[in-house]
Amino acid sequence: MAEIVLDKVSKKFPDGTTAVRDVDLEIADGEFVILVGPSGCGKSTTLNMIAGLEDISSGELRIGGQRVNDKAPRDRDIAMVFQSYALYPNMTVRENMAFPLRLAKLDKETITQKVEEAAKVLELTPLLDRKPANLSGGQRQRVAMGRAIVRQPKAFLMDEPLSNLDAKLRVQMRTVVSRLQKQLGTTTVYVTHDQTEAMTLGDRVVIMRGGAVQQVGPPQELYDHPNNLFVAGFIGSPSMNFLTATVEDGTLRTALGDVPIGDRIRRELEGADAPRDLILGIRPEHFEDAELVDEESRRRGMEFTAPVDIVESMGSDKYVYLSVEGERATSAELEELAADAGAADFSGAGSNLVTRLSAESTVTEGEDRRVWFNLEKIHLFDPSDGRNLTLHEGRAAGALAD
Amino acid sequence: MADTTTRAKVRWGLLDVAVVVFALTPVLWIMSLSFKTPATLTDGKFIPREWTLENYRTIFATDQFVRALINSIGIALIATAIAVVLGAMAAYAISRLDFPGKRVLIGVSLLIAMFPQVSLVSPLFEIERQLGLFDTWPGLILPYITFALPLAIYTLSAFFKQIPWDLEKAAKMDGATQGQAFRRVIAPLAAPGLFTTAILVFIFCWNDFLFAISLTSTERSRTVPVALSFFTGASQFEDPTGAICAAAVVITVPIILFVLFFQRRIVSGLTSGAVKG
Amino acid sequence: MSVNATPAGADVAADGTDTGGGRRAAVPTQRDNGRGKVPLSENKRAERRLGWLLCAPAAFVMLAVTAYPILYSVWLSLQRYDLRFPAEREFIGLQNYVTVLTNEFWWTAFGVTMLITVVTVAVELVLGMGLALIMHRTLVGRGIVRTSALIPYGIVTVVAAFSWRYAWTPGTGYLANLFSDGAPLTERASSLAIIMLAEIWKTTPFMALLLMAGLALVPEDLLKAASTDGATAWQRFTKVMLPVMKPAILVALLFRTLDAFRVFDNIYVLTSGANETSSVSMIAYNNLIRGLNLGIGSTMSVLIFITVAIIAFIFVKLFGTAAPGSDDGERR
Repeated sequence: MAEIVLDKVSKKFPDGTTAVRDVDLEIADGEFVILVGPSGCGKSTTLNMIAGLEDISSGELRIGGQRVNDKAPRDRDIAMVFQSYALYPNMTVRENMAFPLRLAKLDKETITQKVEEAAKVLELTPLLDRKPANLSGGQRQRVAMGRAIVRQPKAFLMDEPLSNLDAKLRVQMRTVVSRLQKQLGTTTVYVTHDQTEAMTLGDRVVIMRGGAVQQVGPPQELYDHPNNLFVAGFIGSPSMNFLTATVEDGTLRTALGDVPIGDRIRRELEGADAPRDLILGIRPEHFEDAELVDEESRRRGMEFTAPVDIVESMGSDKYVYLSVEGERATSAELEELAADAGAADFSGAGSNLVTRLSAESTVTEGEDRRVWFNLEKIHLFDPSDGRNLTLHEGRAAGALAD
Repeated sequence: MADTTTRAKVRWGLLDVAVVVFALTPVLWIMSLSFKTPATLTDGKFIPREWTLENYRTIFATDQFVRALINSIGIALIATAIAVVLGAMAAYAISRLDFPGKRVLIGVSLLIAMFPQVSLVSPLFEIERQLGLFDTWPGLILPYITFALPLAIYTLSAFFKQIPWDLEKAAKMDGATQGQAFRRVIAPLAAPGLFTTAILVFIFCWNDFLFAISLTSTERSRTVPVALSFFTGASQFEDPTGAICAAAVVITVPIILFVLFFQRRIVSGLTSGAVKG
Repeated sequence: MSVNATPAGADVAADGTDTGGGRRAAVPTQRDNGRGKVPLSENKRAERRLGWLLCAPAAFVMLAVTAYPILYSVWLSLQRYDLRFPAEREFIGLQNYVTVLTNEFWWTAFGVTMLITVVTVAVELVLGMGLALIMHRTLVGRGIVRTSALIPYGIVTVVAAFSWRYAWTPGTGYLANLFSDGAPLTERASSLAIIMLAEIWKTTPFMALLLMAGLALVPEDLLKAASTDGATAWQRFTKVMLPVMKPAILVALLFRTLDAFRVFDNIYVLTSGANETSSVSMIAYNNLIRGLNLGIGSTMSVLIFITVAIIAFIFVKLFGTAAPGSDDGERR
């Protein structure tokens, strides 16, 4: 058990590329921290540096208060679970799990006892004498976990451990990982590509992009108060809608109509170098069918009419895709997010609006529908640097704040 | 549907037969000669009219052939073992570690692989005579190792490259030193690669004629290919053809068994189950 | 309209082009202390030491056995040195080279070697490719086919050569009786043809084995996709398989060419170089070991080496990045 501290940690490859830049991070003892971001963002490199598989170019890494920059992986007393599981195919499950203990030169009885204990926790007991080739994907994954927990290390590092499983198994294993971590109370750093895993698993989430940390915080906080355009677009599924907005005569001209802005935002936009073009972000659940909105809420938001493209009924609520006019919002961040999501299924960048309406809504495809959205929940971003302008002392307060 | 698969099978079958005939006819021809009696030896028939084991008795009657066989086996085995061990060490370093001088080593070993061996025979002959290595086992083993090493290094690095990186990282995380990771994780997995290389190197040593005929002069270290070429003049009163063929069959059998057993391993890996689901 | 800093999907990790992002990223730390000048960590140093340690024995053996002979060979080639007349030994500069290069026998042997090399390698490439395809894809008896196809490579060259010699010996051999009424191994053209046949039979499996390894790299999906797109079998072969196999083909070609240029065993047994069928290796051997004329023999050796080096250089140039040992861009 130990805390892990990254102090201005950077990674530069010999060919000159910088994979990780000045990462500052304090992971408390027993904390479950998720590193998340699109591929190539440096999250795996960061994990490998913590593991000792990759050299640290500059900065300092401390585990349990001790500087470990120059220590070999085996002297750091941390265990790792790999995306590919990396089971030793020539050894049985039992031998795989006993391997770290045998290297640590424990006596036979202790090894047997510890392996069996770990096997019990992960329900691997009946599989102990099989070879990895004869196991299913989920079973292999559990063996990999078993090999990590069996020697009770100071910390667990997990590198996308669930990404090779099918969707159903992934959900199931997610709860296993979560429960296991709580049971053992071991400091855990978990790398993933999948924002759902990031939201559901960790105590805190670290969002990375281009080798730099974008924002650190509990999942809900990142969701509600994103620092910037990238975080806003990355967290949430379906992701936040982004529209272009132009500042004119103290209001925001958007495809949804003129949006009034509060004093604070206005002050912010009065500066000489203030941007004229903004990006407006609204999460799907902050829309509602105008017919279903009560008087009280109606005052906090505004309404618009748009043709309904597609209605997906989820039972509990409805995903409604609306066509709106106007240009797509563009920025470096959005393009990157779109590329990461495979462009086509990244709806946030299109001029299509994704909304999540109540199940009671009678909306039908093809009609023009009146839709309401909550002005207190919208975000405004500066397209040049992605900064969230609605953020005040770390809290987002919508466009109307004063 | 069934029709096309039958037709495809017949087509492949015919091709297979062609390959087998192409490959084995000369081999069967030697076998046939080895079973012929001296009287029918020159009849030019592919299948012997009279069968005899006399030729086999002849070659084992004197210890000339047996001696050469022992030399061949001993020299090839020792050279193979050393070449594979040294080759595996170098190949592991080349495929897995990052160190300056790696490219030079690859380049030099490629150069040696390309070397016309005949150009080394004369100086080697000179040196070995001076060092007293001429006509000894080490006198052949050393050049065999040298010329087998490039081959060993190339094939083994290809095999090591196929073993997933993650396995080694996992071993390191599990607390293994680099050496332990190699011995306990990588080497067992590269076993088919080691086998393949061993077979290729063994065949190379077993087959060599140039070094063997240049660097030996007596039974002390003369290997089978050389002994065979001396058969012709060895017995003056009898045609040695039958005996040579019998000897050829005897020394080919081990190689055939080798290939038969290991042909699957020559192409397939062993890392299934290591990664992914 | 708005800003468009990086193209979609660009690797933002690449140097300082990352403009956007949070405030944390804002400080560009380009205190570049030069590539690779970063002080080595304990890990890195240990890795280097281990690398050298592991390579040392192999490098030592290879250099110990070949370095001196090569230099000695070059040195000898500059001397008049005939073991039959040891007293006449002296340094004569490049005179041996002049002697050899103006010698008719040398050029005959050179021509023979070139002919054998070009013909056998060309035929082996075609046959080997066919054999590799059969071994790789056959539906029936794969094990038997692979084993028998590889047997010729496993057979001692000298034995194989003897087999061919008997087969073509008039009276003894089935092939001689079948195809000709003369003695084919006593005529130049037919002798050369038989030498090449023996070479091809013996080493095609080597080629096939290397090519089969290349075939295993061709993704099955790619072939399926191509055939759905309406590519014929021939188009699939030339457009899909050959490009993927290029590195394997070049390696196989290189190793075989260099090997073929050094042809020795087959000629030694089949004709002993009679009727102008000697290869360069044969006459070098005859000078060195039989004739004991070390000066001339060494000169020939060096000339062979130079020729082989030129061939190798051309092939390595053709290889480009496909050459073995070149970095495949895979970053650790």
